[in-house]
Amino acid sequence: MSIINKTYSKFLAIFPVVILFISVLSNSKYNFTYDENYLSFNISYIIIFFWSLKRPEYFGYGFIFLAGILNDVIQNNPLGISSIEYLSICALTAFVSRRIILQNLIYDWVFFLISILIVGSINYIILVYIFNIPIAYNSLLLGLFATFIIYPILAKILSWIDNILQESIYDKKNQ
Amino acid sequence: MSREMGRDDFVISARSVFLNKGNRQKFSLLTLLLISIVILSLEYFKSGPVNQIRMITKDIVIKSSYVASVPFKSISKTYSTVIDHFKMYDEYEKLKTVEIKKQKLILENNFFKEENHKLKKLINEKNLYNDEFYVTKVLLDQKSPYLRSLLINKGFKHGIKLGAAVRSDSYFIGKIVDSNYLTSRILLISDLNSKIPIIIEPGSISAILSGTGNNELGEIEYLPENNNIKEGGIIYTSGSDGVISSGIPVGKIIFDNNQIKVDYFVDFTQIDFVKVYYKK
Repeated sequence: MSIINKTYSKFLAIFPVVILFISVLSNSKYNFTYDENYLSFNISYIIIFFWSLKRPEYFGYGFIFLAGILNDVIQNNPLGISSIEYLSICALTAFVSRRIILQNLIYDWVFFLISILIVGSINYIILVYIFNIPIAYNSLLLGLFATFIIYPILAKILSWIDNILQESIYDKKNQ
Repeated sequence: MSREMGRDDFVISARSVFLNKGNRQKFSLLTLLLISIVILSLEYFKSGPVNQIRMITKDIVIKSSYVASVPFKSISKTYSTVIDHFKMYDEYEKLKTVEIKKQKLILENNFFKEENHKLKKLINEKNLYNDEFYVTKVLLDQKSPYLRSLLINKGFKHGIKLGAAVRSDSYFIGKIVDSNYLTSRILLISDLNSKIPIIIEPGSISAILSGTGNNELGEIEYLPENNNIKEGGIIYTSGSDGVISSGIPVGKIIFDNNQIKVDYFVDFTQIDFVKVYYKK
């Protein structure tokens, strides 16, 4: 196998991680204002949830931990809080994937809602009760709701990317 | 019996989730969660080597984030340019109709400056603040439900200290809340946690300007009960905190549903360069 092919295969293997890092480092500008409330989609939650549920072998926990640290620096959060949130999502998805055999979009969507509510609560408790950082509760809830609403659309896009990756990997193996 | 089985199942699943390393995983979830908690607890150390490592990490991440956000920034800039082109004709028409007494205002301003200087001399008031500032580039503008801040390209290596006032043009936009070696973070006055002592003219009414997390309007707190605030009143920094210079314009008073609000002079979404004031 040539060096180009090897590099290409490696790139495909880390592509989900690359998407996660871009979404974290690109400053997550997925915001809009509605009725004086700021809606902020948390794309990172969706990416982590989707790939750790579907293909956990692509997503090293170390990378997720690192992405959390980067997110905290950019968002000016206490370092470590996003890592805890992201790893909690991984723990929840790992737990569910071990106990549920049948998976479909509706089940995933409902479970995604439960996961982000748990993670949002962790975020709120740590920021408000431990670090005394006031946050707009309604904005937090609206943000989580907006993230929940767009999950099916992004899940479809990510599934499409995943199919392409699977086909490419399969082709490479059969070459 | 079946309940015990269920509990056993649950325990086995939980143990497998937190302790087992999956395929291609180098760390278990529990290890990384514990490391995260340790890092989080290190937030209580605000000085010493822990703080230095944190500052270096932040500098590296902020610079990398700036590079990663370049393509996204260029897309949004292109979009703004196109929109601006569509608006250009309307703005040109507006400018034609509005009478701008610029020259008159400049002369008036010079007169008041001169008068102020003479009066200060008369009462022997020393100038506590200087006008030394850095013009610096905004690396990232951070918008989230909890945070309105800007990251800039200067840090404590350049003499920037916590609490330093930051202006865009002549208007106050916020203060430094986090200074790393090469980068700093400005907390905008629109942030939910921002509280700035202000003075409202005419009337010289002292109060606190509080951010709402909304970029458009701010709120005023601790107003005297019998105030005579009118729409259009101008808000300046009062300087009573001893950190920010007094007399920097911030915004003007508007009444929104019979509530007193502050309309900021600056559009926080359009800031590319800022002036950071520092003491010699």
